[in-house]
Amino acid sequence: MSDGAGSVERVHRTRRVVNRLMLTLTGVAAFVVVVPLLLIFYHLVSAGAGALNLDFFIRLPVPVGDTGGGMLNAFVGTLSLVAYATLLGVPIAVGAGIFLAEGRRAPLATVVRFVADVMNGIPSIVIGIFVWAWVVVAMGRFSLLAGSIALAVMLIPMVTRTTEEMIRLVPRELREGARALGFTRWRTTLGIILPAARSGILTGVLVALARIAGETAPLLFTAFGNPFLEWRLNEPVASLPLLIYQYAISPYDDWHRQAWAASLVLIGFVLMVSLAARFVIRNPYRGS
Amino acid sequence: MMEESLLPMETKWNPGVPGIPAPTVGASHALPEGGKQVAAGAPFAVEARSFSFWYGANQALADISLTITTRQVTALIGPSGCGKSTFLRSINRMNDLIPNTRHEGELLLEGGSVYRPDQDVVLLRRRVGMVFQKSNPFPKSIFENVAYGPRVNRLVQGRRQLEGLVERSLRQAALWDEVKDRLEKSALGLSGGQQQRLCIARALAVSPHILLMDEPASALDPIATQKIEELIYELKDQYTIVIVTHNMQQAARVSDVTAFFYLGKLVEVGRTEEIFTNPKNDQTEAYITGRFG
Ligand SMILES: Nc1ncnc2c1ncn2[C@@H]1O[C@H](COP(=O)(O)OP(=O)(O)O)[C@@H](O)[C@H]1O
Ligand SMILES: [Mg+2]
Repeated sequence: MSDGAGSVERVHRTRRVVNRLMLTLTGVAAFVVVVPLLLIFYHLVSAGAGALNLDFFIRLPVPVGDTGGGMLNAFVGTLSLVAYATLLGVPIAVGAGIFLAEGRRAPLATVVRFVADVMNGIPSIVIGIFVWAWVVVAMGRFSLLAGSIALAVMLIPMVTRTTEEMIRLVPRELREGARALGFTRWRTTLGIILPAARSGILTGVLVALARIAGETAPLLFTAFGNPFLEWRLNEPVASLPLLIYQYAISPYDDWHRQAWAASLVLIGFVLMVSLAARFVIRNPYRGS
Repeated sequence: MMEESLLPMETKWNPGVPGIPAPTVGASHALPEGGKQVAAGAPFAVEARSFSFWYGANQALADISLTITTRQVTALIGPSGCGKSTFLRSINRMNDLIPNTRHEGELLLEGGSVYRPDQDVVLLRRRVGMVFQKSNPFPKSIFENVAYGPRVNRLVQGRRQLEGLVERSLRQAALWDEVKDRLEKSALGLSGGQQQRLCIARALAVSPHILLMDEPASALDPIATQKIEELIYELKDQYTIVIVTHNMQQAARVSDVTAFFYLGKLVEVGRTEEIFTNPKNDQTEAYITGRFG
């Protein structure tokens, strides 16, 4: 009897030790995930914060040799690129996502889903080259439009798949409730299902935005870069990631500082968008 | 008509119950345009003639012959998986949403074949309201939940008429007093029982003749359940109600007629008090006395 109780006690102790060990290991893993972000932030702030001033945001770059100047062209460029990519990509992606979720058994849906997954894995430089060949060469010039198309091509498969997943998460009962009221299939999808999935889809869009805002490779031969302020669709534009790259490989200390500062701003932007996405997640339809 | 052949079981119940007025459409009902249904002449709200149903190779209903009388509450009882929901969902063709299904035999709604090729499913479903086991309000305001159906189906003109209809439907569902000050608030903030009554109001707002309820109270607490039962009692003056329930007491309390399904077959159907006090069939008796199920 006492022997039995002792062995039970031993099993308990072993279990506790194993439990604690596993918890510690996963805790370490979690810490390792957080460390790079903290280090990046620390480094960016210490190296770039000095160059962050009002001029940095509202002035254009100055010629090599002069100090000062800013990156207004890159801010406007990146914002325009992201805005046009969203405008171009999101309607297509949401439409495709609805198609995948609704016609899930259609052979075409299987093909589209597979293509979207492949597209998600294509290196972004390849997308840049592809858009160069089809848009830049055809237009005969680098342009904001070409850059936006390249970013939209990156965004579409991401948002397509999240839209599909979010629509599928909507409870089946909701669809049946609408159909039982005599709603047609498309009315049910557009009037009931899509609004119910809205916050999830919006989150997916924000995550995709955060991704494409920092992309450099697809813009190399499309948006190209521009030392002047530009927002017309058929002109080349600057962008933050491109300018960071150019400044970072230059031999000038002042440019290095500005590159750090621009990185800080870019990370800040991504962080803000991610926070916004989190905020949207917190008030989803199913949250109640 | 052909009652003998309609009721293959040894039921003596006569579906033409005395005291029930001829099934005409109540004055409070807006007729769907065209007034296509044969309501005025049909003796039964729903009539199944040797109706069978398959999910792929799996037969869920076998040779069901059953008549459901207008303005009565008919309870479908039986153990899980016996086909109650399948039968209910055939009446408004919700099973169409499930691929690889097929049926045989006839299913008539107010005298017209539910499955006839030229049946307009939208018009059919407007005549048949449905309330589900899990309350499923739309993620919209309380007002919108009720107003959406009539608006989509163009049953009202103008805001005033719509507001009147919403109020009337909410009153019918015994929910008006609880929500009249928060119509613009999200329906998802309501309690489970309120949500279920909102779903009933939503169904009533498109002026159905028949209300199908698939275990409408099985997820609710006793008080909310009681409210739903009282509501069913109120509504049966105007609507034909078919309710699936696992709760024997509930079936006994709310229904006029009870149909016992077992393994996809209709075993027995009759006046509820008959079924519960003097069942003809041994399986029925075993089920209602709790010996299986
Ligand atoms: N969507 C479906 N696909 C395949 N089989 C189904 C589906 N729904 C129900 N069935 C089957 O049909 C039979 C009857 O189910 P159902 O009508 O839901 O029974 P009940 O409502 O009486 O519990 C069961 O055997 C069930 O497994
Ligand atoms: Mg069921």
